[in-house]
Amino acid sequence: MPTRRTKIPATKYPVERFSLDNGLRVVLTPDRSAPVIGVAVVYDVGIRSEPEGRTGFAHLFEHLMFQGSENLEKLAHFRHVQGAGGTFNGSTHLDYTDYFETLPSNALERALFLEADRMRGPRLTEENLRNQVDVVKEEIRVNVLNRPYGGFPWLTLPPVMFDTFPNAHDGYGSFDDLESATVADAADFFRRYYASGNAVLAVSGDIDVAEATELIERHFGDVPARPAPARPDFAEPDLTAERRRSYTDKLAPLPAVAGAWRVPDPVTDFAGYLPYVVLAEVLTDGDASRLVERLVQRDRTVTSLGGYLGFMGDPFDVRDPTALLLQAHLPPGGDVDKVLRTIDEELDRLATDGLTEGELARTQARMATHLLRDTDAVLGRALRMAVLEQQRGEPGLLNELPRLVGEVTEEQLLAAAATLRPERRASIEVIAGGAR
Amino acid sequence: MTATMETGTRPLPPLGPNRRLKLPKQAERTLANGLTVIAVRRPAVPLVELRLWMPAGRTHLARGATLAQTILSGTATLTATQIAAELQKVGGGLSAGIDPDRLMLSGASLVTGLDRMLEILADVLAGATYPGDWVETERDRLVDRIQVAQSQPAHLARTALLKRVYGKHPYAVQTPEPDQVRAVRPPALRRLHADRVHPAGAVLVLVGDVQPERALDAAEQALSGWNGAGGDGGAEELPPAPPLEPGPLLLVDRPGSVQSSLRIALPAVPRTHPDHAALQLANLVFGGYFSSRWVENIREDKGYTYGPHSLVEHSVAGSVLIAAAEVATEVTAPALLETGYELGRLASLPPKPEELEQARQYALGTLQLGMSTQAGLASLTSAYAGNGLRLDFLAEHAARLAKATVDDVAEVAACYLAPAKAVTVVLGDAERIADSLATLGPVRTESA
Repeated sequence: MPTRRTKIPATKYPVERFSLDNGLRVVLTPDRSAPVIGVAVVYDVGIRSEPEGRTGFAHLFEHLMFQGSENLEKLAHFRHVQGAGGTFNGSTHLDYTDYFETLPSNALERALFLEADRMRGPRLTEENLRNQVDVVKEEIRVNVLNRPYGGFPWLTLPPVMFDTFPNAHDGYGSFDDLESATVADAADFFRRYYASGNAVLAVSGDIDVAEATELIERHFGDVPARPAPARPDFAEPDLTAERRRSYTDKLAPLPAVAGAWRVPDPVTDFAGYLPYVVLAEVLTDGDASRLVERLVQRDRTVTSLGGYLGFMGDPFDVRDPTALLLQAHLPPGGDVDKVLRTIDEELDRLATDGLTEGELARTQARMATHLLRDTDAVLGRALRMAVLEQQRGEPGLLNELPRLVGEVTEEQLLAAAATLRPERRASIEVIAGGAR
Repeated sequence: MTATMETGTRPLPPLGPNRRLKLPKQAERTLANGLTVIAVRRPAVPLVELRLWMPAGRTHLARGATLAQTILSGTATLTATQIAAELQKVGGGLSAGIDPDRLMLSGASLVTGLDRMLEILADVLAGATYPGDWVETERDRLVDRIQVAQSQPAHLARTALLKRVYGKHPYAVQTPEPDQVRAVRPPALRRLHADRVHPAGAVLVLVGDVQPERALDAAEQALSGWNGAGGDGGAEELPPAPPLEPGPLLLVDRPGSVQSSLRIALPAVPRTHPDHAALQLANLVFGGYFSSRWVENIREDKGYTYGPHSLVEHSVAGSVLIAAAEVATEVTAPALLETGYELGRLASLPPKPEELEQARQYALGTLQLGMSTQAGLASLTSAYAGNGLRLDFLAEHAARLAKATVDDVAEVAACYLAPAKAVTVVLGDAERIADSLATLGPVRTESA
């Protein structure tokens, strides 16, 4: 079939950046096509920064940021957002924690007020802490303990790949650690990490830049200035010998396996990193991808397959050290060794024989659709730009991603594939304890 | 920033004036073969979203599920791999799914790829071949997926609830058993395709960075030759869903479960019913959003659960309100007690005016949010169209939400949210929870 290369389109969302005197960085990206706004505040602290003996604390603290603040009773935040017709949430990642709202645009000032109020200080009480420890335990039961494949592989693979506490530990936390958390721990954590100088505010959507700027000054201008803490070095050396572990999941009906390889630093070596992002898709995106064709259709050794960058699937929101992951569920009785061997073989074949005609271009076109689709949601733009500002000082990169992905060459992709050697791989196998 | 900090005095800023609900530009055409095409313009990103809704009432369960799994497995001119590769070239992708109401093909591509995506869609609709080896692989994968689903508490709880609520109605069982799937052969799929993959009664929705008339032309160009096996299609009308029949709590045993899954079904009405707007508001006040009585009670006060929620689910043959929560095993009965209390409180006492206003703002605001992406708009347009509605119903619904009074909400709450009308299913470790549940009322226990 003729292979006319599809032109990759781009978005042109405008970007305004500035900082307040207290060090808060601000990104505005107006788009008046719908009467809605996205508001995101991102703090530069995540799972990797939590202290030993306090696993799960970054996430628990995220919950505490919703429990009232200087001018707001418990429950008030939720009611004020939803009573303005909006939705809210927060999430804790390896390198950052975000808080966000999507709202009709007439609620801009209210959202800024709510975020500024908790940036000045949440109400940290024993009662709220105990209540949220209970809620977080139920969250862990829903997502990990009471279901098959809970925490696979995002919680179960890092301890195989990494040796240091920040990178290896369980970010959801042990019940013991959660129960040991104190109000004083929370106060310390807030003082250290939730500083105006350690945060980025992003507002997207139906805003007037001048008006939004003035409102941001009004509400955030008097948040006390505190500098960002020095960020520790989380670096670890690459693997030099294969690592492999397994565990039995008593609820899982099928075996599963995930493998990971370290990749270049996503921030300081973006050009070296990007080919891996494309490689994951070449290998696993859809029925025409290499590993799906081989493992699912030809060999039938795998029943479902995924490939992505970052333990939380966050290719552009994570710092070093991070990894390319491949994960597969196998049919009943499936042979994990064989699957890993075949993956090695296919990676070899790719690195040696190269791509087929049009294989790269069509994958890049599909990736462009995914990237554009994510930015169509007003909140997606605010969140993504806030993190790009925080980690790179470059929120406008969001507009460039489809083009940059499209510029990755075959040569770069093959060089990336050639580094995914078995001796650099960490893998985790799920033994199907629930097989019938 | 200490535990004893006093409430400050900064006032909450008021909301600006409400933005009027503005419907996007759209156009609609019914083709000669009976296919309805609706195109909606939202130019935000250079993409187009596609949803094709085909009625699937009373489709054989295992064959229907296998058809959805294999419909993209080849045509006279393209293999499954080529279908995927050709779609990728234009940034596209298609996927298929089925439920008791409809077979749905959905996807998105770069807007420059609309014609090509429609061309491939037409090829699939008119000539999916269901090649034997591919069907065999995909059938096994579907069996694997069903086994994984059957190990998930949420799936098991829903399965038990549907059976309990719908009895002999086709909605009662929505997932086939592995053995039924293993028995499906390609000829049966080809027959089912000829019968059901038919333009009569089908609705194609296209949303994106495209002029609606131009999108309709593209759809007509690509799909006017689609005619199924001729005739008027084989989809059968579903009987109305049966009314709920309250009875003893159904306890489904899942030994070793560290949480219990509570599911409570209550009566509800379709979107066009005069009570619907008020019922939506009553549901919000009860448990339909975070700032509801139920969530504030069992999560934010008592810490029994992480994400309780209640929702009015609309299907072609009827609507039902379902409240769902996963709670710690040791607080199963207390959580259920609080649930009944909150339902009963709303059914027997009117909500406070400020509670209603908050729920109303949420309902109106989230209408705007739902329309603000191409994907959201496409799914909304398709869900409406599948139930005989068009986007302009949004304006009508918004007006009803705006008008509903405390009395209206109190009245529907008494009628629909009364705990006496509830059908309750609990999935959990019976050995640990049966006795305490029995203190609240009659219990019937089954194994999962």
